[in-house]
Amino acid sequence: MSRETALRATSEGRLWQALLIGGALAFLGIFLALPLIAVFAEAFKTGLGAFVLAVQTPDALASIRLTLFIAAISVPLNMIFGIAASWAITKFEFSGKALLITLIDLPFSISPVVSGLIFVLLFGANGVVGPWLAAHDLKIIFAVPGIVLATLFITFPFVARELIPLMMEQGKSEEEAALSLGANGWQTFWYVTLPNIRWGLLYGVLLCNARAMGEFGAVSVVSGHIRGETNTMPLHVEILYNEYDFVGAFAVASLLALLALVTLVAKSVLEWRFDMNSGAGH
Amino acid sequence: MIRCNAITKRFGSFAALHGIDLHVRQGEFIALLGPSGSGKTTLLRIIAGLEFQDSGQVLFADEDVSKRNVADRHVGFVFQNYALFRHMNVAHNVAFGLSVRKGRDKPSRAAINERAEELLRLVQLEGLGARYPSQLSGGQRQRVALARALAIEPKLLLLDEPFGALDAKVRKDLRRWLRDLHKAMGLTSIFVTHDQEEALELADRVVVMNEGRIEQIGTPEEIYMNPATPFVSHFVGETNRVGQGGEELHFRPHDTALVSQGGEAVLVDNVFRKGGVWRIEGILQTQQILVEIDLDAASTPPSLGEIIQIRPRQFRSFNQAGAQIKGEPQ
Repeated sequence: MSRETALRATSEGRLWQALLIGGALAFLGIFLALPLIAVFAEAFKTGLGAFVLAVQTPDALASIRLTLFIAAISVPLNMIFGIAASWAITKFEFSGKALLITLIDLPFSISPVVSGLIFVLLFGANGVVGPWLAAHDLKIIFAVPGIVLATLFITFPFVARELIPLMMEQGKSEEEAALSLGANGWQTFWYVTLPNIRWGLLYGVLLCNARAMGEFGAVSVVSGHIRGETNTMPLHVEILYNEYDFVGAFAVASLLALLALVTLVAKSVLEWRFDMNSGAGH
Repeated sequence: MIRCNAITKRFGSFAALHGIDLHVRQGEFIALLGPSGSGKTTLLRIIAGLEFQDSGQVLFADEDVSKRNVADRHVGFVFQNYALFRHMNVAHNVAFGLSVRKGRDKPSRAAINERAEELLRLVQLEGLGARYPSQLSGGQRQRVALARALAIEPKLLLLDEPFGALDAKVRKDLRRWLRDLHKAMGLTSIFVTHDQEEALELADRVVVMNEGRIEQIGTPEEIYMNPATPFVSHFVGETNRVGQGGEELHFRPHDTALVSQGGEAVLVDNVFRKGGVWRIEGILQTQQILVEIDLDAASTPPSLGEIIQIRPRQFRSFNQAGAQIKGEPQ
């Protein structure tokens, strides 16, 4: 065996390697890089000034504010829920555990449009509690509370899905050790569990946030598309696009794309830290 | 000092413990010995308060602690894989039990640091306080786990397979060291092991467990020389078992002598040197079963294919119910 083949892990010839790598790169280029470039190209097509103006229209600003507001509510809530659920599932034995795990995954397996419809059916004018809400002058559907609910539902699994495997792998002996040394439950969580899951948690929160800001389907169903009031950024992009305001549409879209890029970079940094930490942990 | 009364525990449909009675005296070093699934770890965790029995009581110095959780039982527990806090350095690991105390019970920061230093000196890890658990060897981690458990000054030390994850040489050194520490600190200690050699070497008394029951409690000497049940005889030490008219005859390889006549015929199948003796593996001709015999290393071993005559110098025989029958060597 020659030295060179001994060093390589696979036996494919150079041509095959080049084809495979080239194919993968071409695929990534066409389906990921090109659309991303197109978004930014379209946004800046008529210059920086037009971009700034498009982003600064009152409706665009309102959609940005709403999107940030929705994320600011749903991400912390789902973070708390995600930690609580993963803690319960991985550190305790109880009946109905499998059911809970299935329920956490539910939003992943339901079409976002259906998720939105669920809330319309529940809280809409003809819905289950709709008349009662109307009688008490509470607006959920076609208003901000509905959007928050739909976003909460959609982003439900992200943190828990990230934490459950991690906490499962870490086991519960460190928590037991803390308890045996006299720590109470809160101290155990704060000093032992949380530091052990911090990178995984951040990662989950990041994904949760990206989805909370970018969700279209479910939010579209419950929003009612009231300009300046119930339009989030993705919904605003659609409206502008349908009105042939391409620069405006792509300008707002580019902000969302930017969010995706920032998330991607942050995720890579986190993964790197994560690897370093868990690498040191063994 | 510690008393378990009729402890039972089930996990779903699996009965882990059936009515365990155990009394541990002040200052004793006790081994819970048994194969996996014998319930030894469950019993240890119930004594610690990490698990709760379905019925029965745990008493510490005549006080019923059955309902108390682990934090209130004030025991030192060393976990099987040490369970060191991976994101804390060694000094913080050791100091944890003191830092989580509240109000007046909490020592000053300086006192905590001093105590951690002192404990690290005790376990011979001075100067390693700033390291992280991942930077330590298995034996060092084990000692950090011990120092951490001792920081809360427990009277009772519980250890779950304390040497399981270590290689043979380190294991032996740590064993002796732990034994000395137990004596020097006046602790009462209970450890779980599946390694009979470890149990016999370390413990004042050995509790042999099988399928959720205690088979025998006794000193290492009693357990080895006078096993109460066929299980103990078979599990502790090497034993030849020969069935004979509804009875089972147990004898140790080293309790077997070669005789010139009137013994049992054995066809020599394999001969090798095992430490300080010759180990003969042979087929007992009357029953066609394998028996093992140890002969003095100074003697000339029989050759392969030879038929030798053996006679046990000491043996125990058990009837089918597992009760011991007194008998004369055949």
